[in-house]
Amino acid sequence: MLILTCPYCEVEGEETEFHPGGQAHLKRFGPGSSDEAFRDYLFERKNPRGVHFERWQHQYGCGKWFHVARCTVTLEVFGSYSAQSLAPPAEVLETIQARRPGWEFET
Amino acid sequence: MSTRLASGGRLLERSKRVTFSWNGTRLNAFEGDTLASALLANGKTLVGRSFKYHRPRGIVASGGEEPNALVGLGEGSRFEPNQRATTTEMFDGLHAVSQNHWPSLEFDVGAVNAGLSRVFPAGFYYKTFIHPRAAWKHLFEPVIRQSAGLGKAPKSADADRYEYFYAFVDVLIVGGGMAGLAAALEAGRAGAKVLLIEQSPHLGGRVLIDDVMIGDQTGPDWVASATAELAQLPNVDVRTRMQGSGVYDHGYALGYERVADHTPGDKRPRHRLWRIRAGRIVTATGAIERPLAFAGNDVPGVMLASAVRDYVGLYGVSCGDRTVVVTNNDDAYRTAIALKEAGLDVPMIVDARPRSEGDLALEARALGIRVETGVGLAKVKGKKRVEGVAICAQAGEGAVLEDIPCDCVAMSGGWSPVVHLWSHCGGKLNWDDKSAMFVPDPARPPLGQDGMGFVLTAGTTSGALDPHDAMKDAVLAGRRAADEVGHRHAEESALPHVSAPFETPMLPVWVMPQGAAIKLRSKAFLDYQNDVKVSDVQLAAQEGYESVEHTKRYTTLGMATDQGKLSNINGLAVLAGSLNAPIPQVGTTTFRPPYTPISMGAIAGEARDALFKPTRKTVIDDWLDRSGAHWEPVSDWRRPYAICRNGENVKDAVTREITNTRTNVGLLDASTLGKIIVKGPDAGKFLDLLYTNMMSTLKPGRCRYGLMCNENGFLFDDGVVVRLSEDTFLCHTTSGGSDGVHAWMEEWLQTEWWDLKVFTANVTEQYAQIGVVGPKARLVLEALGGMDVSAQALAFMAMAEGELAGIRARVMRISFSGELSYEIAVPAAQGLAFWEACLAAGEAHGIQPYGTEALHVMRAEKGFIMIGDETDGTVIPQDLNLHWAVSKKKEDFIGKRAHERSDLTRDDRKQLVGLETEDPSDVLPDGAHAVEGAKLANGMENMIGHVTSTYFSPTLKRSIAMALIKGGNKRMGQTLSFPLGGDKVIKAKVVDPVFLDKDGERQNV
Amino acid sequence: MSETVFEGAIRVERFVGFGMITIRGDFSDAKIAQATAARFGAGVPKTRAITVGDTGMLAWMSPDELLAVVPLGEADGLAAALADDLSAAHALVVNVSDARSVFRLTGAGAREVLAKGAPVDMSPQAFGPGMIRRTRLGQVACAFWMSGDDQFDLVCFRSVGDFVFDWLKVAARDGSLPEYL
Repeated sequence: MLILTCPYCEVEGEETEFHPGGQAHLKRFGPGSSDEAFRDYLFERKNPRGVHFERWQHQYGCGKWFHVARCTVTLEVFGSYSAQSLAPPAEVLETIQARRPGWEFET
Repeated sequence: MSTRLASGGRLLERSKRVTFSWNGTRLNAFEGDTLASALLANGKTLVGRSFKYHRPRGIVASGGEEPNALVGLGEGSRFEPNQRATTTEMFDGLHAVSQNHWPSLEFDVGAVNAGLSRVFPAGFYYKTFIHPRAAWKHLFEPVIRQSAGLGKAPKSADADRYEYFYAFVDVLIVGGGMAGLAAALEAGRAGAKVLLIEQSPHLGGRVLIDDVMIGDQTGPDWVASATAELAQLPNVDVRTRMQGSGVYDHGYALGYERVADHTPGDKRPRHRLWRIRAGRIVTATGAIERPLAFAGNDVPGVMLASAVRDYVGLYGVSCGDRTVVVTNNDDAYRTAIALKEAGLDVPMIVDARPRSEGDLALEARALGIRVETGVGLAKVKGKKRVEGVAICAQAGEGAVLEDIPCDCVAMSGGWSPVVHLWSHCGGKLNWDDKSAMFVPDPARPPLGQDGMGFVLTAGTTSGALDPHDAMKDAVLAGRRAADEVGHRHAEESALPHVSAPFETPMLPVWVMPQGAAIKLRSKAFLDYQNDVKVSDVQLAAQEGYESVEHTKRYTTLGMATDQGKLSNINGLAVLAGSLNAPIPQVGTTTFRPPYTPISMGAIAGEARDALFKPTRKTVIDDWLDRSGAHWEPVSDWRRPYAICRNGENVKDAVTREITNTRTNVGLLDASTLGKIIVKGPDAGKFLDLLYTNMMSTLKPGRCRYGLMCNENGFLFDDGVVVRLSEDTFLCHTTSGGSDGVHAWMEEWLQTEWWDLKVFTANVTEQYAQIGVVGPKARLVLEALGGMDVSAQALAFMAMAEGELAGIRARVMRISFSGELSYEIAVPAAQGLAFWEACLAAGEAHGIQPYGTEALHVMRAEKGFIMIGDETDGTVIPQDLNLHWAVSKKKEDFIGKRAHERSDLTRDDRKQLVGLETEDPSDVLPDGAHAVEGAKLANGMENMIGHVTSTYFSPTLKRSIAMALIKGGNKRMGQTLSFPLGGDKVIKAKVVDPVFLDKDGERQNV
Repeated sequence: MSETVFEGAIRVERFVGFGMITIRGDFSDAKIAQATAARFGAGVPKTRAITVGDTGMLAWMSPDELLAVVPLGEADGLAAALADDLSAAHALVVNVSDARSVFRLTGAGAREVLAKGAPVDMSPQAFGPGMIRRTRLGQVACAFWMSGDDQFDLVCFRSVGDFVFDWLKVAARDGSLPEYL
């Protein structure tokens, strides 16, 4: 069972306090978008073996959504940060690159 | 025969006699005994029958690895099957029965299976009983069911309570033997918060019995002083009777504390499941001795050498007068020496190795024990108990060199570190050729959230079988664990020197004798509990099974409740031998938690009976419960389906409630409806994005029915939105939707539209919400007094705030029944007072409370949809003819883009229609399918839709239904067929789903 | 809701007497922070903290949400007054006194009773006075803080009040404490 740190209340809580919300940094496609773009927005999800960015909500805590960078293989957590960000912050990327040399962020 | 010795038994309290019952017979024991030691003390060497062949079985081990001695414990509501006698603490009044036999333990009819063992070979499940087909159901299965299964299920509810406990530590140490204690001392002295848990009631492990000197102390003395020092450290806790059952991600471990197994009925929780979060976990779980595979190694009286030694030394029990020790290593000599020193006879040590010249061998010879090398056991004589052994050359095929009478065989095939906890969460193993065992690979530990290993092993668990090496390993593990969580001792304590006899290397022996013929191999057991023999694994290999995981499932090796603790290594070595492959290449099966079975009660914790699941209650709940409510669950709430009057059945109550509401006035507890406040300068804009219809144009003081879709365009919630003021809205949701819709709002505000200035608050439970519904509703509100509720002052879909009956109230004139109807929100604490005021004020007008079923029927009469009935996660508002509630003006709302998808704009989608059955008394079953035309190529009917709501309407005195039917809008007037199975077909005409008062005159008054 | 007190390994009291107000706003905005602090006589609490003032207690619920705990009869008036104070700002003030059930846990074992259901380190080193923790107790959401030595106040939603009381009565049975913390 994972331990995640909520960047808002700084609680290092166990997974049962949190609610998962799937892949982070999706761009919403609304009216006027192409069928392909809308399909990808709704259904195309990354399922990497390795570094992944996810949305989580501190459901039983402060209720805030945040993002987590973690490794789906080793379950290592590289960092958590505000959901109000369009891309992972530099320090999280640096942490990942230090731990996973050669890894590059793909948008 | 086994018996109690006149002296000895380190763990016994000889002054405290207790009695227990075994298969109805009263027997004596001492405090400190286990059930196993007490049974042996009473000469009970036969304790059960095996699973498949019903062979007589005796106690093999002295700990959690025991495969045979499974018993039924306790009585009545405290009965539990399959409990290991070896880990059952003795107490006065303990009640145990043997299992897996009929009619008695001594004479078991099922033992005939053993004679048929040739028809029960490996994989017999897959080979036998196939033909004729009918025989399985009528002949084979009933017979197998009668004789199969382990133990008997309890017949009454468990009398005990169980609970969880969350603990957080720097270092969790699992195992209270020498290594665990040493690691705890080291981590504790460094200042780390340490929890040491030990599954048995006492600390010390093998140093209580094996002759070692730690520094200048004997093993037991060192244990006592280490325990005393740990007790002095405020940052260290030691708990016994608590097993480290599982290790999971990120330093999570399960501790299974058997609080009151030895004191049943003392009101404490029986088991407590500790959910431990540890920075580092040190497993000091020791090692388990392996049996040897020789013919007859399952005859009662054949035991692990270490167990025989434990019974003598810890419990003062002799497992036999004459014990033959058979071994491939030096450690078993300790057993021979201990027996000799206890005054018992050891006619021979049968050592499979070509030579034996270690310290222990010299000591044994000096005691006059005959030691023979290069030999093994051809077979064990005796059926229900050991009568003797036949000696043969280990290198040969089993030709008997000598017969030796004896009544006990102490065997040792070497030791396997208990790597379970290391492996549970992904720790990898290496094969140690020297000691023929798998050991943890410290370079490949389970990884924590920081990417570092979070499990360390200490002592023999690491593969350090030599006591001094084990001590050093444990001290370093304790030190490193503390260091890694930020605690370092100023000065390193000196490493205690552990002196023990020099041991010469073991020799792997997987089958005894090496060239054993099939007759011997088919009596040489690997897995005692599941009756898997050497010949079965060899047969599997011969039939092409190469993977150890496949072989395990095919032969059932290691699949019993002991999970192969004794059989695992021997089994895969035999498999490797058959495949001519090295053992590490064959590999091992996966170690999964729990280490030994834990009780279902502990897993459930406190969640039973009323605590099984939370039930949400409104403030009217108590009143309704006292007044005849027939409850139904509505998401987590309980709501009254109907409120039955004295002696009335539920159906009649529903009819009465509907009729009364339509003719007089009804009272509804609608408090469960979600209520969410949405406030801010952008609140209107936000709600325009959230709802399919326009909310920003709503005037303060007015209500509007709104729909919410997800991004797929599918309808998932509905409710009335009230604009309380320019910047504040109150959004009502379905009863099940309040938390979800609030979370949905927050999710969009926090993750997508965080530029919007909007705050939300879920105030669902701040208010009791009461519906006053029916033609006389206004009269009731007027009688309550305090507000102008006239048609002019409070028009349909208007809201007013004020006081009713002296209680602050928000009155909304909205209707889900088609009647003149008010929903009144009052502070929850005054909800019951308001409810009672309504009843009093309405008495003259015939007011009666009504439940959810009346609500459902009345809304269906009006053609109103219900989320979850007319919607199923694939329905868009347009399918329900709710186009009017889907804005065409708005640029965007959640679901709008999806509604443009070609599949959602098809005009032959399933659309909502009303149905009138040809016979008005026929009520269609919920979910009935409409079919049309010829059957499909695959033989199925051509289904064109299904019934979503169906009732008998007391108002219309006929059945009514709604259905989603392909292209339904174009089918008005058509008659559809609903086959119900057999020859029964109901025919129904497609009609407008609004059955009652199409022009809405009833509510416009 | 007939009984309101349970005496076991600790005392559990179903407690009526708190008014509660939810305040949502940007508390890094000095105007909002000052107005709120002034109204309750307590400073705006830092993350997961509580502050106690003359008029009540302020508890940190999330970065943009506080819970004011005030005498029961004063919640409506204080909520209206604060809403008025903040009328020019973007903020939401709402009386939620009736939306919750409150329990007072008293006794040396109160920490252990909570630790049976909350995945939270309840040791005195980790949780002490001046802190609030929102979490779950068994299967339901709750929040708790210390209101005295060996005394905790716990709030949950009103609809699960009976359930939580039943839960606490089981967890606080005589003889059921692990005696670990």
